[in-house]
Amino acid sequence: MLEFLKSPIQAVQDFYGLTGRALRNIARKPLYIDDIFLQMDTIGFGSLPIVVLTGFFSGAVMALQLGKELQTYGQTGRTGQAVSVILVRELGPVLTAVMVAGRNSSGIASEIGSMKVTEQIDAMRALGTDPVQKLVTPRLVATAIMLPCLTVIDDFIGIFGGWVIYELVYAMPSLQYWTMAWTALGWSDVVQGLLKPFLYSFPVSLVGCYYGLGASGGTQGVGRATTQAVVWASVIIFVLNLFIGKIFVSGAASL
Amino acid sequence: MSDASPSLLRFENVSVTFSGGVTALSGVSFDVRRGQTRIISGAAGSGKSVVLKTAMGLVRPSSGRVFLFDEDVTDKSESEMFAIRSKLGMLFQESALFDSMTVAQNVAYPLLNQKSIQVARDQMEPKVREALRFVELEQTVDKYPSELSGGMRRRVAIARAVVTNPPLLLYDSPTAGLDPITAHTIMALIIKERDANNTTALVVTNRYQDGNLVAHFRYNPVSGRLDPVTGGSTNTVFMVMREGKLVFEGKQEQLESSKDSYIDKFVKRPEKDAA
Repeated sequence: MLEFLKSPIQAVQDFYGLTGRALRNIARKPLYIDDIFLQMDTIGFGSLPIVVLTGFFSGAVMALQLGKELQTYGQTGRTGQAVSVILVRELGPVLTAVMVAGRNSSGIASEIGSMKVTEQIDAMRALGTDPVQKLVTPRLVATAIMLPCLTVIDDFIGIFGGWVIYELVYAMPSLQYWTMAWTALGWSDVVQGLLKPFLYSFPVSLVGCYYGLGASGGTQGVGRATTQAVVWASVIIFVLNLFIGKIFVSGAASL
Repeated sequence: MSDASPSLLRFENVSVTFSGGVTALSGVSFDVRRGQTRIISGAAGSGKSVVLKTAMGLVRPSSGRVFLFDEDVTDKSESEMFAIRSKLGMLFQESALFDSMTVAQNVAYPLLNQKSIQVARDQMEPKVREALRFVELEQTVDKYPSELSGGMRRRVAIARAVVTNPPLLLYDSPTAGLDPITAHTIMALIIKERDANNTTALVVTNRYQDGNLVAHFRYNPVSGRLDPVTGGSTNTVFMVMREGKLVFEGKQEQLESSKDSYIDKFVKRPEKDAA
């Protein structure tokens, strides 16, 4: 009767198995340092343009809309506060993670998937290498380091985008915007804003690896793995976001 | 005489079932002795490649035992298998060269990553060059696999398989999809490896002429060509797979005299071709 549940439960179990192996390998030799730096360059530096662009325009549009609404209450001066809190707590981490997932989870799934269907993964095992150690762990470590960095950049560029609108559209004093944006942020926001991308680095890197390693059926299978990787990485990011947000909101309420 | 040679690979009633209930191998038993070359034929999906992957420990049997170098490897962990795999060389069906690495890096890969193989850094390049010279592709060291033709990729993959001088080699469809001239070059390399280094091999192929070449020709190190065997014979055994089962195992004469219509499809006789 519960036959239909077997496949998703198996998938979750396999995903946790892969996560466990990837984490365990961090403490094992050989640690492929070159691959970690290569992935940091691909995932981190390579994602910088899209992170900067989306960060700028999301901050700008947020300032545009919020400024208009706050004008109703004569509170346009608080636009900087609203933009910085929303960006640092929520939108910055989620938007960066989703953009990086769109770019890299798909890239990881297609790269590893192509290696799988052309037997390069089998060749790796045959030639003395654990594919998880060589392919998965470096991607996880690289994403865990680079995603928080990208998020910080995205947050700043977003706030900067908001300031451009604040200055050009609402013609308000810059100092007021930056003071509001800065003083609105507490330590809890910073912790939340950095913890989230660190946790999102797991779905961003591992979902791509999971679907890539499970790819079968030639190029069609690689395409399927790529699509599934982006979809599930994004979904997991949003689900995680709610749970982490709830923890921080509950924590703040109990203070 | 060959029976007295040590066993390098033994399957005892091996069955392999994949998730989803697909049976890839069913009760397969055979024993590969040192110095033998086994030609494995069979229809697509009959389990030929699975035999090689099971021998390599890349696929685990659902029942039965697999012995490599007289050691039971059926229940060995992946990390334990790494040491055993260093004594095997494998040519994968589509070469399986690493796209992101140059030819030299591909060939050096097993030397760098096989923990049980200790090669000094300064010995690395000469060994890689020697392996590439063996397949007559020394000039391609700095090229990427995507810059090579299909036949050259197979030859590089052979160089990668033999660079560690493994005593047992597994060739998965080495001539599939190649033109007759390139296919002959690849088979000549397999024979050269057998005769120059006295290696044992399993060769998956559906081209009867490949098996015929292995059974009747020897590599002449002086002329660098293949010469017909005169007096005596090569130690070649033919196997035919059907739907995961081993339906034939024996010498070429037995294969050719088989009355089984399925087995007969893998035999090419002049009178059959004429008809």
